[in-house]
Amino acid sequence: MHEQTFWTMLFGRLSWESIPLHEPILLGTFIVVVLLGLGILAAVTRYRLWGWLWHEWLTSVDHKKIGIMYMILGIIMLLRGFADALMMRAQQAIAFGGAEGYLPAHHYDQIFTAHGTIMIFFVAIPLIVGLVNFVMPLQIGARDVAFPFLNNLSFWLTVAGAVLVMISLFVGEFSRGGWLNYVPVANIQNSPDTGPDYYLWALQIAGVGTTLSAINMVTTIIKMRAPGMTMMKMPVFCWTALCSNVLAIAIFPVLTGAFALLMLDRYVGMNFFTNDLGGNPMMYWNLVWIWGHPEVYVLVLPAFGIFSEITSTFSGKRLFGYSSMVYATVVITILSYLVWLHHFFTMGSGASVNSFFGIATMVISIPTGAKIFNWLFTMYRGRIRFELPMMWVVAFMLTFVVGGMTGVLLAVPPADFVLHNSLFLVAHFHNVIIGGVVFGLFAGMVYWFPKAFGFKLDPFWGKISFWGWVIGYWVAWTPIYVVGLMGTTRRVRHFDDPSLQIWFVIAGIGALIILVGILAFVIQIAVSIRNREALRDTTGDPWDGRTLEWSTTSPPPPYNFAFTPRVHDLDAWYDMKALGHAPPAEGFRPIHMPRNTGAGVIISALALVLGFAMIWYIWWLAALSFVALLVYSIAHTFNYDRDYYVPAEEVARIEGARTAPGAA
Amino acid sequence: MNASDNHVHGHGDTHGHGTRRDYLIGFALSAVLTAAPFWLVMTGALGDPRLTAGWIIALAFIQIVVHTIFFLHVNTQAEGGWTLLALLFTLVMVAIVISGSLWIMYHLNSNMMSMPMPPEAAAASS
Repeated sequence: MHEQTFWTMLFGRLSWESIPLHEPILLGTFIVVVLLGLGILAAVTRYRLWGWLWHEWLTSVDHKKIGIMYMILGIIMLLRGFADALMMRAQQAIAFGGAEGYLPAHHYDQIFTAHGTIMIFFVAIPLIVGLVNFVMPLQIGARDVAFPFLNNLSFWLTVAGAVLVMISLFVGEFSRGGWLNYVPVANIQNSPDTGPDYYLWALQIAGVGTTLSAINMVTTIIKMRAPGMTMMKMPVFCWTALCSNVLAIAIFPVLTGAFALLMLDRYVGMNFFTNDLGGNPMMYWNLVWIWGHPEVYVLVLPAFGIFSEITSTFSGKRLFGYSSMVYATVVITILSYLVWLHHFFTMGSGASVNSFFGIATMVISIPTGAKIFNWLFTMYRGRIRFELPMMWVVAFMLTFVVGGMTGVLLAVPPADFVLHNSLFLVAHFHNVIIGGVVFGLFAGMVYWFPKAFGFKLDPFWGKISFWGWVIGYWVAWTPIYVVGLMGTTRRVRHFDDPSLQIWFVIAGIGALIILVGILAFVIQIAVSIRNREALRDTTGDPWDGRTLEWSTTSPPPPYNFAFTPRVHDLDAWYDMKALGHAPPAEGFRPIHMPRNTGAGVIISALALVLGFAMIWYIWWLAALSFVALLVYSIAHTFNYDRDYYVPAEEVARIEGARTAPGAA
Repeated sequence: MNASDNHVHGHGDTHGHGTRRDYLIGFALSAVLTAAPFWLVMTGALGDPRLTAGWIIALAFIQIVVHTIFFLHVNTQAEGGWTLLALLFTLVMVAIVISGSLWIMYHLNSNMMSMPMPPEAAAASS
């Protein structure tokens, strides 16, 4: 007895039983991950890359490198999230009638929870934040973001959250409460295990990172635009990034608050979201959806910005209706905050509440529709080049419009009473997230890749990836719309009606076609790196771009612009090219730059330990890491060695090496 | 705009820093606004607990305004009006969250016949 208390004090509720050795699927995955991880570590050691990795990348405060690291995180987590998707598709394709499938219920529930959580928080958010990080400062002619160290810290906090989710795969278990960790399933009475705790701590830590990043981006856009770039001369992508991040600042505190209350419920026995002592589980739904609906727009607005930039560039025309595009973005920002109840129309509210939120939801389709027409009119009579980024834009317009229409359908409360919690809803939001956000991200990655690395992506594998995604999307989700309309509910592990099976088999085939798209994307990157000399872009402006990021070299120098550009017109770089601008050859001055720091990595590592210790009730470790976190963060504020100057000769050397016309 | 030419830290020149006098006025006001609710509760000067609670909430709101003006230096000029704009945006968002949540939570049982209704929900749904 005494013995046991000692071990409990040392390891909390962590024990050998927490490692799922009895589950062959998890054990196999674990072994593969460990072998792969060891292989990567060995390779890094073998080629003596640790120092380079640490000094050039992990501790970097350069917004371009942080942006690229965000993208890598998002792509790795996409593979994990998609593996979950394939497992669900396989289970639903075979578990009919007498067949139970291959996933036990408690495992299946964790998979659909992990899939949603990972895809939104650790795929979509990092990819969007990464693109904004990389592109936005270049587009406004800035040297970096407003708070370079904070940017590094935000990234590593997001990584810490992602690592916690990944640990839950092999140590203990993940939440079974759906991607928003719904109560009452996630209450301590119904889930006394570690699942919801993994969820809560991972998202609280990553959420701090996202909030700080949003503050950073808004400050950068407001304070650091190049001289002459008034708000209404700012590229549309920067406008959408501004609105998206303003929205993120407004909503993430609500999510953090809701999660904090659920933590109090779970850790110290409070009753905010139970049915006792005046608590109400519906308050949790209310709060998480105040975050959840605007979050959709946090993700999709920058995607709209990407489509705007690409449409204008590849049509060789100024964007049609720039100011209406800006106003539509702002209107969507406000309206997206007024619709959250449509996620729980069926939960008991009366006609007045449901009508208000239903109408507000339908109204959003007006500014969104205006955007679609703006893109179409930009293409109208344009000299359209159907290169890969433009192909993604066209696929987006065709796919997203269907998702938008099913969304308006779901916004009608009586229709929602039929379709709530059905697979029709699941097909709708995959339609807008894949058709809007994911297509936008791929368009953006193909479009800005040459800016980041100095060579284009291979078009052949890019087209395979494109068709894999587009065809795969329609094959995978059309049958889900159909069964959803027939009344099949979501999050179901086993079906009794054998007539439905064919639809799920087709959906499974669709998922495999998407897999081809994902693998082709990975191959595309590998092939492009191998053929980089043939794909090299020496001009810095491979697509005949219109905005400032194309005025500097590819990849841009650490300081982005030797001289801050002066902006006279919308589409500043197009304007400069038209006026026959030549890059200055002399008169360089030393450039003031922020210095790299390891503080972001260390603070996030301490946050990770704190999260893990709290999840497993290892109180001494939690206290220790919390104190260390606090002391280190305060100590870091006394580090005044934060900047350096790039000498003028160095700037002259870098600028002399470039062959392209450049910034002024 | 006020972005600087050659520095990463594009500090504008419109940073609002209060004077010593501002800080002292702010401190005095917030001390009074903090002490007043304690005095109301401890002496029971108003008699009616509902009235007391009302006054405490009112004083809390005034406290927020005092902090915003004297400590956060929000006015129409600071940062070219951006701080005021941000404050107004925040107020709109907070108002939406609070009023929306109250409306929704009081309305929640309107279509739930089998549940016993608390009196305020019944009143709201009728």
